[in-house]
Amino acid sequence: MIPAPFEYVAVDSLDEAIRELSEGGEDVKLLAGGHSLVPLMKERLAAPARLVDIRRVPGLHGIERENGTFRIGAMTPHRKLEFSPELGLVSEAAGTIADPQVRHRGTIGGSIAHADPASDLPAVLLAAEATITVQGPGGQREIAIADVAVDYLETSLADDEVLTEIRLPALEGYGFGYEKFNRRAEDWAMVAACALVKVSDGTCEDVRVGLTHMAGVPLRASAVEGALRGQTLDRETIAAAAEQAAEGTDPPGDLNATPEYKSHLARVLTRRALETAAGLTT
Amino acid sequence: MSTVESEATTQNGHVGRSLRRKEDPRLITGQGIYVDDIQLPGMLHAAIVRSPEAHATITSIDVSAALARDDVRAVMTGEDLAEDLEAPLAMLWAPPGTEIKAPEHWPIARGKVGYVGQALAIVIGDDRYGVVDAAEEVIVELEPLPVVVDVEKALEDEIVVHEEIGTNKAFEWSLPGGDVDAGFEEADVVVERRIVNHRISGSPIEPRGTVADYRAGELTLWTSTQIPHIVRLVLSMQTGMPEDKIRIVTPEVGGGFGAKLQQYHEETTLAVCAKKLGRPIKWVETRSEHMTTSHHGRDQVDYVKIGAKRDGTITAIHSKIIQDLGAYHMLLTPLIPALGSFVMSGCYKIPNVRTDIVGVFTNKMSTDAIRGAGRPEATHMIETIVDALAVELGMDPLELRRKNFIPKEDFPAEIPIGIVYDSGDYEGSLDKLLGMIDLDGFRSEQAELRERGIYRGVGFSTYVEICGLAPSRAVGPSGLGIQGGFWESAIVRVHPSGSATVYTGASPHGQGHETGFAQIVADRIGIDPQQVDIVHGDTGAGPMGMGTYGSRSLAVGGVSAAQAAEKVADKARRIVAHQLEAAPEDIELAEGSFRVKGSPDQGMTLAEVAGAAYVPENLPDGMEPGLEETNFYDPENFVWPFGAHACFVEVDVETGKVQVYRYVAVDDCGPAINPMMIEGQVHGGIAHSIGQALYEQVVYDDDGQLATGNFVTYALPTANEIPEFETDRTETPSPTNELGVKGVGEAGTIAATPAIVGAVVDALRPLGIDFLNMPLTPMRVWQSIQEAQERGEGPRATEQGRDLPAEARDSAGSGPTIPPGQEPGPAHGGGAA
Repeated sequence: MIPAPFEYVAVDSLDEAIRELSEGGEDVKLLAGGHSLVPLMKERLAAPARLVDIRRVPGLHGIERENGTFRIGAMTPHRKLEFSPELGLVSEAAGTIADPQVRHRGTIGGSIAHADPASDLPAVLLAAEATITVQGPGGQREIAIADVAVDYLETSLADDEVLTEIRLPALEGYGFGYEKFNRRAEDWAMVAACALVKVSDGTCEDVRVGLTHMAGVPLRASAVEGALRGQTLDRETIAAAAEQAAEGTDPPGDLNATPEYKSHLARVLTRRALETAAGLTT
Repeated sequence: MSTVESEATTQNGHVGRSLRRKEDPRLITGQGIYVDDIQLPGMLHAAIVRSPEAHATITSIDVSAALARDDVRAVMTGEDLAEDLEAPLAMLWAPPGTEIKAPEHWPIARGKVGYVGQALAIVIGDDRYGVVDAAEEVIVELEPLPVVVDVEKALEDEIVVHEEIGTNKAFEWSLPGGDVDAGFEEADVVVERRIVNHRISGSPIEPRGTVADYRAGELTLWTSTQIPHIVRLVLSMQTGMPEDKIRIVTPEVGGGFGAKLQQYHEETTLAVCAKKLGRPIKWVETRSEHMTTSHHGRDQVDYVKIGAKRDGTITAIHSKIIQDLGAYHMLLTPLIPALGSFVMSGCYKIPNVRTDIVGVFTNKMSTDAIRGAGRPEATHMIETIVDALAVELGMDPLELRRKNFIPKEDFPAEIPIGIVYDSGDYEGSLDKLLGMIDLDGFRSEQAELRERGIYRGVGFSTYVEICGLAPSRAVGPSGLGIQGGFWESAIVRVHPSGSATVYTGASPHGQGHETGFAQIVADRIGIDPQQVDIVHGDTGAGPMGMGTYGSRSLAVGGVSAAQAAEKVADKARRIVAHQLEAAPEDIELAEGSFRVKGSPDQGMTLAEVAGAAYVPENLPDGMEPGLEETNFYDPENFVWPFGAHACFVEVDVETGKVQVYRYVAVDDCGPAINPMMIEGQVHGGIAHSIGQALYEQVVYDDDGQLATGNFVTYALPTANEIPEFETDRTETPSPTNELGVKGVGEAGTIAATPAIVGAVVDALRPLGIDFLNMPLTPMRVWQSIQEAQERGEGPRATEQGRDLPAEARDSAGSGPTIPPGQEPGPAHGGGAA
């Protein structure tokens, strides 16, 4: 790897990290697992002047349950999520990220802050209605995950804020399904769909569908959700609802997928994810 | 068929065993030395400034900012090096009997560029990072010219790649046998297809790299290549440095796949600059550079037409190959489609065969030998068209094959184009394959699963390769016209204490020569393979040699090593006979001893013989001391490996995704030297074919910009995408050489693509699909299903491939599926935050 020249510092505290960011402005980048930023630097598509490595900062690692919420440290690697089955959908999706090496290094916070619309976790967290905690020079604030990604690789975090924690509702009683489509097992999602379903007395009390890589940001398939809420979840109902999965999306085309094909995939994957979430798979 | 018995299998027993590879311990413990591991005192580093335009006139190159940096020692452009070069980059084959148009191709561009990535300048400085930074400071002004990337558009000559030539058509060449027109007249059924065999990259795990060191009037060049001796010869012609003052060393080479069967401009430029600066220089290719400027392979549009009688007897096959050459000829660029033409009739007895080749320039990287080189294209054509013919005739595709196989008793079999297939048993390998797969069971399972919406299919390939390149008289200047001979050399040197070193002109890059050659030699001189070291890839050690490619190392280099070893054994027998007062013909080699027949306790070990040879107190009169022999072996014919493959796939018809869930291969490369290494070669080759058939494609957009510059966009398959392989062999010895061996390095890559594509077509036939072009990406498969559904019940076989809907016939070449600039960012790299 031959990146453009850069400085590197590994900080020991959150305050130090925030100070580095405040003083350095937009030329300073936080380094978490490095599995998105470093490849960009290798291609010289990103050339930060200074990297601030936060791996030594205490308090950013691990998963704790607090009443109905999981508190997940921003530096928690995907591998840890993958082997925490109590996280349900998040655990399942984390297990599909790239390969084991990447999952050992890549972090949930890095994935959110990098805001790549092809990443697995942002749409999953969107469906789960998680919140994130960020800390900056002025203190701490919470942001609903729906308000984090604003565009391709762009978030509502200020340049001097550090993402510290993800708060994930435990979502007890929900069934879930995750359908990721890619060419090779380790590729980013061409499209992915996740579903969370809560059924009581035979009808769908709550349903959330998240879509990955169907726009510059993760999306909820709200038309699908609307069509299913309050309904009996059988195959026909789900199939009919899933036909609306691509409504309101703006999928970016690439070498291997036109927007039309991606829309088709979104419908198929949404149906499959819902069937799994509703326990209808054979 | 010949009854040549491999002497090797009957002697001393090392040949034929799955010996563990001698090279592996050092490779898997990180002790191998590759080019990038080489550090020399005072060594500088180089980076290449490359063209961002596919076709442009060079207006100016301003190197002043780069040169002003403290860490930069020199920046050289094409003009700066003009004085130092006596010849441009080499093209070693021109089609005989016809004119070939060849633009001058200098190591660094002069005046204009013809493809993205063409070198514009070299920056040399103190460290690897600094030179890359400095390269960004070289200011190049280019005046863009119109670009042509589609090979059939290029044939129209509306946009011309080389204005001085005036046409994109570089050459036309035909290889006829029999009378195809008469053959088609005779036919009751004619089937045609337009097959696009798309562009792929070699993609070895180790990219290329070169270190040049010029001191005391001699150049030493470490380079990651398959052909060190040819690099030396060509480099000598380009630079004017005498051949004896150039030493080429290939340390470990981490894969080649044809991409290193080349003499590249960086080798020339580094050699010249090292001499000018008086300092060693290193350049190591990045992965993106490999994708951009290491030569590509394939990129043909093939019109293939087959004629047959109602009973299935094939009367004629004609193919027109439109070969995308890229912007320049490189070492063997025009030869590649010609190599395919030799096996255009496959393993079938077809009386009338004709291949017409047209080579066409485009504004892309050159094509040349990659992963099978010409023969995979031919196999894909013939096997695909035979499958289509079977459908048209309403015949079982395997029965159609059997009906037309060259029968076992016909070998050696001269085919209509005038060459002789050495030996074969095509029914035998197909029978063995069918014994492994339970085809009837599959067919009933397939029908049952279709009822449930699960689409599975099976595809077959019965193939023959032309390997063991090459009999020099056939391919040399007065034959096919290659400017060289294609023999191989070996020295077997027995040391005074009885161990041996073998110097071979073959140049392995992963194949396992150090093990296989040691087995061959050890058996012949009565020692253990562990006592036989193989030295290769150093022009300063050992005789001139031709390198490793075209599945030639064993069938040519291995035979040379065997013959050199036999000469050593002969001398040993004479020494032993002299010392034991017996006749040389009464000395046999058995149980590690050269002993008198009938008196097993009377004998000498090789160590004892070597002792006698190097302390020559008691040698036969007139015998030279020492125990070392040299051999040069030029084969009398090619060798013709063959086999039968079956691929099983499941297609998700909702998404178009194809999964290969079973792959069974029966290959025949003659008697096995090391069965385990054969399996490894077959596995790698099939994996590459799965890559080409389903995943990999080099894509240029309409502006000639490369859209697949890394392993994110260029989808090399990983272990996840590759099934377990089931392999077996038949052994039909070649009469061409005394080992009976045929070579196996390219078997998988030559055989497998039609089996994979055929399996997908078989799976989707109920949906109206009867033809698909590679690569079978999920979107292409899905779109083909949609189109087949839209046109209703699909026709069983179209008369004319070009009438197929656009998507079914289009492949790369015509650019990506979306306008440039809309692809997602490079962050999508098999990685995550």
